[in-house]
Amino acid sequence: MVLVLALGDLHIPHRAPDLPAKFKSMLVPGKIQHIICTGNLCIKEVHDYLKTLCPDLHIARGEYDEETRYPETKTLTIGQFKLGLCHGHQVIPWGDLDSLAMLQRQLDVDILVTGHTHQFTAYKHEGGVVINPGSASGAFSSITYDVNPSFVLMDIDGLRVVVYVYELIDGEVKVDKIDFKKTTAAHSAH
Amino acid sequence: MILDGIGDEEKWLAEGIAGIQHHAFYMHRALDANNLRDALKYSALMLSELRTSRLSPHKYYDLYMRAFDELRKLEMFFKDESRHGVSIVDLYELVQHAGNILPRLYLLCTVGSVYIKSKEAPAKDVLKDLVEMCRAIQHPMRGLFLRSYLSQVSRDKLPDIGSEYEGDADTVMDAVDFVLQNFTEMNKLWVRMQYQGPGRVREKHEKERSELRDLVGKNLHVLSQIEGVELELYKDTVLPRVLEQVINCKDELAQYYLMDCIIQVFPDEYHLQTLETLLAAFPQLQPTVDIKTVLSQLMERLSNYAASSTDVLPEFLQVEAFSKLSSAIGRVIEAQIDMPIVGSISLYVSLLTFTLRVHPDRLDYVDQVLGACVKKLSGTTKLEDNRAIKQVVALLSAPLEKYDDIVTALTLSNYPRVMDHLDNGTNKVMAVVIIQSIMKNNSCISTADKVEVLFELIKGLIKDLDCTSADELDEEDFGEEQNSVARLIHMLYNDDPEEMLKILCTVKKHIMSGGPKRLPFTVPPLILSALKLVRRLQGQDGEVVGEEMPATPKKIFQILNQTIEALSSVPSPELALRLYLECAEAANDCDLEPVAYEFFTQAFVLYEEEVADSKAQVTAIHLIIGTLQRMNVFGIENRDTLTHKATGYSAKLLKKPDQCRAVYACSHLFWVDDQDGVKDGERVLLCLKRALRIANAAQQMASVTRGSSGPVTLFVEILNKYLYFFEKGNPQITSAAIQGLVELIKTEMQSDSTNVSPAPDAFFSSTLRYIQFQKQKGGVMGEKYSPIKV
Repeated sequence: MVLVLALGDLHIPHRAPDLPAKFKSMLVPGKIQHIICTGNLCIKEVHDYLKTLCPDLHIARGEYDEETRYPETKTLTIGQFKLGLCHGHQVIPWGDLDSLAMLQRQLDVDILVTGHTHQFTAYKHEGGVVINPGSASGAFSSITYDVNPSFVLMDIDGLRVVVYVYELIDGEVKVDKIDFKKTTAAHSAH
Repeated sequence: MILDGIGDEEKWLAEGIAGIQHHAFYMHRALDANNLRDALKYSALMLSELRTSRLSPHKYYDLYMRAFDELRKLEMFFKDESRHGVSIVDLYELVQHAGNILPRLYLLCTVGSVYIKSKEAPAKDVLKDLVEMCRAIQHPMRGLFLRSYLSQVSRDKLPDIGSEYEGDADTVMDAVDFVLQNFTEMNKLWVRMQYQGPGRVREKHEKERSELRDLVGKNLHVLSQIEGVELELYKDTVLPRVLEQVINCKDELAQYYLMDCIIQVFPDEYHLQTLETLLAAFPQLQPTVDIKTVLSQLMERLSNYAASSTDVLPEFLQVEAFSKLSSAIGRVIEAQIDMPIVGSISLYVSLLTFTLRVHPDRLDYVDQVLGACVKKLSGTTKLEDNRAIKQVVALLSAPLEKYDDIVTALTLSNYPRVMDHLDNGTNKVMAVVIIQSIMKNNSCISTADKVEVLFELIKGLIKDLDCTSADELDEEDFGEEQNSVARLIHMLYNDDPEEMLKILCTVKKHIMSGGPKRLPFTVPPLILSALKLVRRLQGQDGEVVGEEMPATPKKIFQILNQTIEALSSVPSPELALRLYLECAEAANDCDLEPVAYEFFTQAFVLYEEEVADSKAQVTAIHLIIGTLQRMNVFGIENRDTLTHKATGYSAKLLKKPDQCRAVYACSHLFWVDDQDGVKDGERVLLCLKRALRIANAAQQMASVTRGSSGPVTLFVEILNKYLYFFEKGNPQITSAAIQGLVELIKTEMQSDSTNVSPAPDAFFSSTLRYIQFQKQKGGVMGEKYSPIKV
């Protein structure tokens, strides 16, 4: 069992002063094995904070990141799953599932994680999953109105991944769960 | 003599102890034989050892304690008349025949104590007699110890209320008189021990003298324990007489110690009720006395007392504790001209701590303390003493900690004036502390006036205060400071749009003075905060009528335009371009076509003139296309102009693959997949064909240089775009065209078989799998796909 934290679009300090205190108290060092971040942190302090939660940190570059060395896309393999990471401003129209599916095919990944829209979404798509963890700080977005802070925790166990989404709604953390099973011939079922 | 002084002293002490033991031996024998005469003789001889003046206080104390133990045995003997057969009255006379005065008085005190116990004479008379007789010893140390002995043996025999030695109506007064007199005499002796020699030796002597202070202080402790010393008596007699002695002795050591003693041993409520008398003593003390420590102790005790119960608070108000303390501090500072600035400030810190604990609701008091501090500081321009700076920081931090809310501090008019006296570095530290306090408590600053005050307080972070230019600073520290300002901007908020607009204007005014290094940090949060306001107003558009309403999106957009312009001239063109695009989309949502067009124009100008780096261009063009794709406010003409420009830029990117990708992304500008969206199939196809041409060119270049797998990937990407528009029902994208593209890629990949890389291969396979998948889906989509063979 491996825990992967997926989050992004924090936009600190451009759009939000910090992560919500409730999230900060939930995210403690030592529990998470990998962090994948869709970018727009935007400053080094946030990078350092994430690094304290888990040293295995993967970041794709958002358009506001001051750090220019983050890659545009990144793939990594965790257990039986291949994961793809991209901020998403490069994929036009923004947040469009069919266009993201093309990126998923291009990167040849089971799970594609993107951001940019500040809206949590998770789709099962052609035997894979496309996830957007939303904005962890609930940052303002031109694309999405009424952004709730959210992040995603993926529990990867063999051929199964359980996606937990944590969303802060009116000061309360709500948790939702999506189950996904990879068939060995990943492309046969929908 | 000084050098071997210590060795000699050891020797003298040993001799003294030996003498005491020697005579005590014979005294014991006399006691065992019930021989009064010998007992008196040997005890007097033993006590003669205390006549030495060669020992230091510490060693003398040692000697005294040994004699003291022996005197207890003698006292037991005196008590038992059957053993010596002499009445206590006669005994009291008899001991006065001892030859030497010191032994005589020790014996007298010992018998006196038995005399009181026997109750054959009133306690007060015996005590009065003893305390008077002791005057005979004027040698400071010997006298001090003798009186200490008197105090010791008489402690449980004072005629106070409830005691078995209680006398007539004035009995408490008698007890008090006795202790006060003994105290006064002891203090005089103690003060006389002051050594007037050279510095180093004096220091040693004073240290030794200081070791004896508890002998004197013990009397105050006894006073506080006397039953019946009510507030009235304390106020009218005890305190004035003690203070009189403290002030008149003019001894730094004694004054400091005794003032502290008074504060520690008597109850807090007495202090509160006698505050005026007590405080009046402070300015009369020697200028070298460490008054601030004592006064701080007093305030500390009083604030603990106030915290102990809410019932005592009215007392504080009734005696006007604050104003008394405040003016006392003023007088002390005035009287002690040589007190270093750190001393005065730490007094104010104590007073402020007292105020915050006792009168948390009296902000005017807090401001008054700060004001007094400003007055004290007004002589100096900037503080240089590090300890003083620390105290000022403590002074300024105290209200922040107390109120958990910076808003309260913002109403203190003297707060910024105190800050002005800090050097620039400390000023900044304090500003960061203020911001952290706001963040920690999640305080919202909700009016433009408060924002104005706040920015005045933190001006050290907002702009360069003097000629120290920003490049002298550590880059990372500077970044952290500015990021904290950026965070702060999100805490300035009001639900009322008009007030919010005022807040934004205030913030803008201040941050615009920050100079080119600060703007990239501070402008984005301001813009985003303003866009949030725009979105709030956008929802209310229907309700707002007329032009009186100043907070309109239009007006805000004007402000935004100016602000971003400042950023672009800094220059920070890439950031400015992004913010223009954010604003354009907000204007789109407000249905303000000209405004949106203006923002796009600005973004395009920046792109053309300022964004030179090819990688930055790629990101910028994607953001431009992505935003433009979402715009629905533009009429045909404006839209055409902008899309034309965007496609033009796309085709002019440096690298062919970047060109190709940007151009096929532009296809989405002509096909928006919602109800009223543009659907210009022909121009979509033109874009895709153009992308194909670029992919071809890229491939030809690659075939010359070799090694690159890019071009095949580009073809697969374009194939995916064909599929996209095919599914969306663009009539220009036919199954035949898709089929052709599939065949083309297959040929390309075969011809390239020597150098096939897995990535495009996997991409193509999964695309073909997708086509297969859609074919099998059945229904409308399956039918649409059926002509395509893979």
